[in-house]
Amino acid sequence: MSTDISTTKEKGGRAYFSYLQKRWFPGGAAHGRWVDYAFIGAFVVAIGIGTLATEVFFTEANIKNLSRQIVSNGLISLGMLIVILTGGIDLSVGSIVALGGVLSAGMSDKVGIGPAILIALFFGAVAGLVNGVVVARFKLQPFIVTLATMGIVRGFVFVYTETPLVSKHPDFRILGASSVGPLPVTMIIMLVCFALIWFFLNRTPTGRATVAIGGNKEAVWLAGINVQRTIILAYVLSGLFSALAGTILVSRLGIAQPSLGIAYELDAIAACVIGGAILGGGGGGAIGTFCRALTLGMINNLLNLHGVQSYYQEIIKGAVILLAVLARRKER
Amino acid sequence: MMQGITKSYDGTQALRKVDFSAGSGEVHAIVGENGAGKSTLVKILTGAVQADTGQILLNGKPREIGSPLIGQRLGIRMVHQHVSLVPHLTVTENILLGDMPKRKLKWWINWPEAHCRAQKILEEIGFRGINVRKVVSRLSASQQQMVEIAKAVAVKPQVLIMDEPSAVLSQEELKRLFALIRDLKKKSVLILYISHRLDEVFEIADRVTVLKDGILMGTVRPQEIDKGSLIKMMIGRTLDEIFPHRPVRAGAEILTLKDLSLKGSFENISFSVAQGEIVGLYGLIGSGRTEVARCIFGADQPTSGDIRLNGRVVRPKSPHDALKAGIAMLTEDRIRDGLVLFLSIRDNVSLANFQLMSRLSILNRRRQNSLVRSKVQELRIRPPEIDRLVQTLSGGNQQKVVLAKWLLAQAKLLILDEPTRGVDVATKQEIYNIIKDLADSGMGILLISSEMPEILGMSDRALVMREGRLAGEFLRHEATEQNLLACAAGVIEKSRGE
Repeated sequence: MSTDISTTKEKGGRAYFSYLQKRWFPGGAAHGRWVDYAFIGAFVVAIGIGTLATEVFFTEANIKNLSRQIVSNGLISLGMLIVILTGGIDLSVGSIVALGGVLSAGMSDKVGIGPAILIALFFGAVAGLVNGVVVARFKLQPFIVTLATMGIVRGFVFVYTETPLVSKHPDFRILGASSVGPLPVTMIIMLVCFALIWFFLNRTPTGRATVAIGGNKEAVWLAGINVQRTIILAYVLSGLFSALAGTILVSRLGIAQPSLGIAYELDAIAACVIGGAILGGGGGGAIGTFCRALTLGMINNLLNLHGVQSYYQEIIKGAVILLAVLARRKER
Repeated sequence: MMQGITKSYDGTQALRKVDFSAGSGEVHAIVGENGAGKSTLVKILTGAVQADTGQILLNGKPREIGSPLIGQRLGIRMVHQHVSLVPHLTVTENILLGDMPKRKLKWWINWPEAHCRAQKILEEIGFRGINVRKVVSRLSASQQQMVEIAKAVAVKPQVLIMDEPSAVLSQEELKRLFALIRDLKKKSVLILYISHRLDEVFEIADRVTVLKDGILMGTVRPQEIDKGSLIKMMIGRTLDEIFPHRPVRAGAEILTLKDLSLKGSFENISFSVAQGEIVGLYGLIGSGRTEVARCIFGADQPTSGDIRLNGRVVRPKSPHDALKAGIAMLTEDRIRDGLVLFLSIRDNVSLANFQLMSRLSILNRRRQNSLVRSKVQELRIRPPEIDRLVQTLSGGNQQKVVLAKWLLAQAKLLILDEPTRGVDVATKQEIYNIIKDLADSGMGILLISSEMPEILGMSDRALVMREGRLAGEFLRHEATEQNLLACAAGVIEKSRGE
């Protein structure tokens, strides 16, 4: 059949639409699905509702508050996204958040804030490395492996401290509290991370290989790419971002609970999946995940402002996830 | 039976007002190049795809086939080109899927009876030697194909559609398939047979319908037409000579195998490939040829023996190592091993060549685009848009994408495992010309194929494998169809120069 009908021949709006798609999602991460853009609409609508419904929404205080809330889930989702792209899943992120949290709080008294954060990130990456090595080298199912490490890491956290830790370091809360202009520092960190990962996924050989592995591991291996190393890297990044999220979270809350981060993996998976990632590998992108993490955070914030009970919030959040996945269901 | 069928995908017309009819008890072949619309036509018939316009008449009655389930209820069954079995279930379950015999309690499966019934179905259609208790994923490709056929035949369909059923079958198995088809014909089943292999079409078909670019070119009887004219109908021009002529100009040896063995697959394989030489490797399915290639490429590890590249012993531990040493391999099954379907042409071509197009682990977009674009133009991949997702391309163009990936790798030795499987005649010829050019430029080429004409037409030297051993070696002037077949079947053995 003659398939040489190029998109440039399409008329008006649709041509521009295709152009934008190619420009923004060059790797084919998201292509031609109206739901990808509907979410941007939903985002705008949510802002509109927020502004109309309560005066508090558009105050600087609330915007700052909102962006801080988004940061931790945003970072965890980012790590999760990389793992999901390789066709895996990382259930241990919640436990690694706690690990990062208690380590940064516990260590800051002894070695200072900077080194404490580095230690936290280091152990987060180590936990990810364990996940990655077991998954890639021994070819076990990521679901089971990270389910096991989820328990193991959580156990270590409780071994480290049974009670909530409060750092006595005077500057401990600086990271979570300071801001540049209207933007909290943590938000800037997250934006930088997203930009870096977008660049990694779209503009580096390892990043492209990561995306490709989720589609056809065998073909990528036969193309002479070190698949094991790429998969391990994905889990290391996931551990690293989770630990970073834990550090930021604890700095914001001022207290490090050993039970921190329980069930966080669910929010992260949700953000990835409604952001267009496909469980089991097969597409997804940093931009999509970012938008959805943002939207999810905003829904939370709005519900909070309206004093909706947290149980109802869970129901609404679950419904939103279902709706989003239904909307992007592939028609056959 | 089908009238004025039109179907377009995303603005591309796959079928244009196609009229098609066939009667019961007929073997009706549908031929055409890749992308001619054959698959779309039969998919409309099975209900997997709906036509934009036109109607389908079954036994004179107009029918809406809105889903594969409706198609099946109307007695239309399809044997898919890419086997659609459930890999981790037994042969029995796959054949009887959805219709397992139950004991008195409805939810209790009667296993002995189920196995018995599946066995009977296989035997009835002449496929013996398959253990019905075995899990499908542990069967060979050709056995899987036969189970697939058995599954479709088990429900006694009125219309049986076969899409390239012979691709993975050996000569012997093909004979049994043809016997089965003749048998079904007697039971007045209509068989629609899609194949690229015109020899088969001439052997089995009562009538042949030719499609080109979604347009019906005509329906003919094989007796009334010769192969050349049929090819002309398919591609719109004659193919005087599919295979390019070239003088043998072998240089120094690039690859030398010495007593290479892999336990359970092959043993004591020794041969060499020289610069600028095309060595054909022929053998029936299961003779171990692909396994030898995988060992050279580092995808499997040989248990003993030497692989020498330019005289130095190499032992690639992975395709990564092999590629670094200068060995590239186009694998047999492009969907399973060659492509990442949801990524673009650019990504797929780049996969083996990131080193060429990046610095300090960052891709140089401009260089990447220009390299990929040059290959897309050179191989005439259609449409020539490097952002195009590979899954939207036709089979021939997909194969060209895989080829582009390995051409860019600039290997010293290129292994081609069935480079033209499931590819139309015109693309085949293009691929043959590319192979010739590569050999002329000094690359050593190991061409694995189960298509006899391909081996005879392309290779400077032909090797034949049988049951894991090298059974014969023929120089170009010695190689004939009879020789190679006899050797592959174990009638004669021959070593070089004998």
